[in-house]
Amino acid sequence: MDLGLLSQYVFNGLMLGMIYAMVAVGFTLFFGVLDVIKFSHGDVLMVGAFTGLATYLGLQAIGVDSPLAQLLVMALVATLAMALLGALIAKYLVLPLRLAPPLNTLLLTLMLGSVLREAVRLFYPQGSNPKPFPRLLPDDFIGFGSFTLRADSMILLLGGFAAIAVVHLVITRTKLGLAIRAVAQDAETARIMGINFEFIVLLTFAIGSGMAALGGLMNGLYYNEINFGIGLLLGVIGFSAAVLGGLGNIYGAILGGFVFSALQSIGAVSLPALFPGTSTAYKDVFAFAVVIVFMAWRPTGLIAEKKSERV
Amino acid sequence: MKRFFQAQSAFPALASMAAVTVFCGLFLHAESQTAVMGLTIGAVVALFLLARAGWNALAAASFAGHGRSAHTAVLLGVLLIAAAFYDQHFPLLMLASVLLYVVVCLGLNLQFGYAGVVNFAGAAFFGIGCYTSAVLAGHTPLPHALVVVAGGLMAAGIGSLLILPVLRTHGHYAALITIAFGILFRVFLEVNDTLGGPQGMKVPGMEILGWKLNDNLQFGDVELSFYVNYVVLSLALLAVAFMLVRRLERSWIGLNLDAVRLDEIACAAFGINVARWKIAAFTLGNFLAGMAGSIYAMMTGFVAPNSFTFGDSLILVSIVILGGIGNPWGLAVATAIVLILPEKLQFIQEYRLLLYAALVILILLFKPDGLLPRQVRNYLPGWKPRPRGESPARSAKAVQ
Repeated sequence: MDLGLLSQYVFNGLMLGMIYAMVAVGFTLFFGVLDVIKFSHGDVLMVGAFTGLATYLGLQAIGVDSPLAQLLVMALVATLAMALLGALIAKYLVLPLRLAPPLNTLLLTLMLGSVLREAVRLFYPQGSNPKPFPRLLPDDFIGFGSFTLRADSMILLLGGFAAIAVVHLVITRTKLGLAIRAVAQDAETARIMGINFEFIVLLTFAIGSGMAALGGLMNGLYYNEINFGIGLLLGVIGFSAAVLGGLGNIYGAILGGFVFSALQSIGAVSLPALFPGTSTAYKDVFAFAVVIVFMAWRPTGLIAEKKSERV
Repeated sequence: MKRFFQAQSAFPALASMAAVTVFCGLFLHAESQTAVMGLTIGAVVALFLLARAGWNALAAASFAGHGRSAHTAVLLGVLLIAAAFYDQHFPLLMLASVLLYVVVCLGLNLQFGYAGVVNFAGAAFFGIGCYTSAVLAGHTPLPHALVVVAGGLMAAGIGSLLILPVLRTHGHYAALITIAFGILFRVFLEVNDTLGGPQGMKVPGMEILGWKLNDNLQFGDVELSFYVNYVVLSLALLAVAFMLVRRLERSWIGLNLDAVRLDEIACAAFGINVARWKIAAFTLGNFLAGMAGSIYAMMTGFVAPNSFTFGDSLILVSIVILGGIGNPWGLAVATAIVLILPEKLQFIQEYRLLLYAALVILILLFKPDGLLPRQVRNYLPGWKPRPRGESPARSAKAVQ
């Protein structure tokens, strides 16, 4: 394999890893503050992508046709709508089950994911068919031999990086972030210190879900197509990534996202090379199998869960 | 006359069973949407009124007190329904599917109802059974009775690959492993050309000692649908599985499993081998799912990856939750509702996953014990737990 093709794989892997990392950061944030897994996260991402698409169609209808304006409005509407959805889910579905067994929360959010998925399939116009997603980014590219660096991928990669960096800065550098970290460390003590527990939990869910909406838009812009089923797989992958890195740790989530996409790329490249005749479609089988084996080896992930350091 | 209406008498249980049998027969027979709708609403209203009149508690107490005759009544009821539809394929197919799905859910119930081992890949283990019977019955001369056992063993064997990660992890991490496995299994089937890829495989009908289950039965002038064979076979499997699960629950094994679910640390301190019981429950549950799967595949004659999606696993989990986690009778009722209702009410067919998911959310929020909550073990017939400051009505319910 030549260097150009290899760098193409690496670049695509980075791109996917960024999307996975954005989903995983959401999982890790929720787990940090409330010790719950919100499994509907992937489907929130899908709803975010569909909200973006609907916004785009709305903007087309009222005659806004500058791609930049469209993109910004789409990102804004999708992020805010999903932040609201995330906060509502937390308030009415996750918080009431705080004292129930953790399995119940997991089940409830799994079912909520099904509700969101089915609702889009049934009630979005022709929701069961894949939808073309508009190409809004410049399609310039620079070629280096067999490797082409596309401007849109570069923008998406930087955008994802910026989003994660902003969330990271909010959590580590602001007073709000201090409150989130305090709740993650010890909810009771945080309350004694005068932190509004419910507000912080809702806010964290809003931030995570907003990230998911951005992830959904990135996914749509990258593949130029969305369908109602993307959320399930992306949710499971994001969860795997968060667990691979170690739940509750934001660096772990980012690391896990890139590790998972690396596993997929390795599977796609090496399986056909090692066993002639196998298809590259085994890459997900390979990646999930490695995750299962890895979990048996290090049950709490690469960066192990520490009580004193969540988020 | 009055003694018939006491909890000690078997009459309330038998009368209820007779009523349920007649209702199921009518429901399966109903063709028009209005009739089905009317029956559904009628049943809900009747159950509500009977519960207000105290009949349900009476029937349940009588059911518990007369286990043997009540169980016979249930078996008879199923056979009567099968006999009533002796020449119609579709109702019999549905009946047999319900019976087999109850077996799968019994397996899941063992896993996370008793031992607390989460399994979100129920459909995958069912699918392993289906594909095992497709391969073995289609391409080897192995007797079909052994194929069914092989289906169970295969599911248990592949499940045992997951044991190490499942044992080493807890809660969410363990859930992820089974979810990942379920998705991995489906993707694997879709891309594997040897196993038919997305188109799936054909499965030959079952044949036990020269008795071909896929031929219609001829008795003089009366021709029985071949699904009657499968109903009888599934009923036999279900009866054995049901008895096994009930006995396990009642025995010291069931007590150990409950203890493992409720508090692993306390368990280990009392010398209970947590890993052993988790492995036992997980393996036995998968074995049941695999056996049911291999019969199901031979009955429908066809397997494809699309029947074993993550959504199907979720439906299985929702059956267990809806029925009342840990209560085998509850999940039998829930399976019947979840499988038959959408088939009969065509307009909800499309919305079925949405409805189940919403229903499970509501159940988890407002009635986390399910429709028929699990009761405390009743080792001594007629024994009532002492009411601890509870109202008399409440303590009467607790002996059900």
